[in-house]
Amino acid sequence: MNEREKLKRQIYALDFALYELALFLDSHPTNRRAMELLSEYRQKREETVAEYESKFGKYILTLKDVPLSDSWQWIDSPWPWDTDFMED
Amino acid sequence: MWQYEKKLQYPVRIKNPNPKYAQIIITQYGGPDGEASAAMRYLAQRYSQPYNEVKGMLTDIGTEELAHMEMICAMVHQLTRELSPEQIKESGFETYFVDHTNGVYPIAASGMPWTAAYIQSKGDVITDLHEDLAAEGTTVKEQPDITTSDKALLHAGFRAFRVLVQKSPPATS
Repeated sequence: MNEREKLKRQIYALDFALYELALFLDSHPTNRRAMELLSEYRQKREETVAEYESKFGKYILTLKDVPLSDSWQWIDSPWPWDTDFMED
Repeated sequence: MWQYEKKLQYPVRIKNPNPKYAQIIITQYGGPDGEASAAMRYLAQRYSQPYNEVKGMLTDIGTEELAHMEMICAMVHQLTRELSPEQIKESGFETYFVDHTNGVYPIAASGMPWTAAYIQSKGDVITDLHEDLAAEGTTVKEQPDITTSDKALLHAGFRAFRVLVQKSPPATS
């Protein structure tokens, strides 16, 4: 696995952890440990995305991330259900 | 509203197409206990919930079920790509192929199309949460190699859910 894929997978893993924490917090909104983990993982995600962007350019996840330029880059990258979305 | 994230919750990359597997796996998309049922159930039930905890839980779990649906669809899509006429016939995939070709269509393994009759939304927190407990119970059946500790975790989850249900004041008539 190349470095780009590795960083992408790290971001995906952090996104997963953050989402599951949110689900837990929905029913345990005052749980201090979960709130601490939320803060820790959010920061870690921010750092990982910054590292990705310093090496490979803008990390495009949603429409809001698409850079302003003379063409619409959203449709250029592979789609998640196709086999070329991830590299080995 | 929702905003699309251009990724899967967990990456799907299947090397060898296999229409036989696709016909079984598709039930986790459009079958009675599939992800479409889960997403529709939670996202429908949330409107009439009296508690913020439950509104939040149903909204966010319902959203995650949509992401699960996308992973299953990606699997079906990749398992049925680039098939030869021989592969389609030998695997028994022709009964699906004649109607949908390579399209991904929400049906159960039996061929039954997805129907809202699989779910309930009753406008009552006790009724709806019990329906959700029953639906989540099918997860144990869907994962035959689930470990004992995972099972214990699931059951602990159910117990927490039950406590929440029991804490709820009786529904006003």
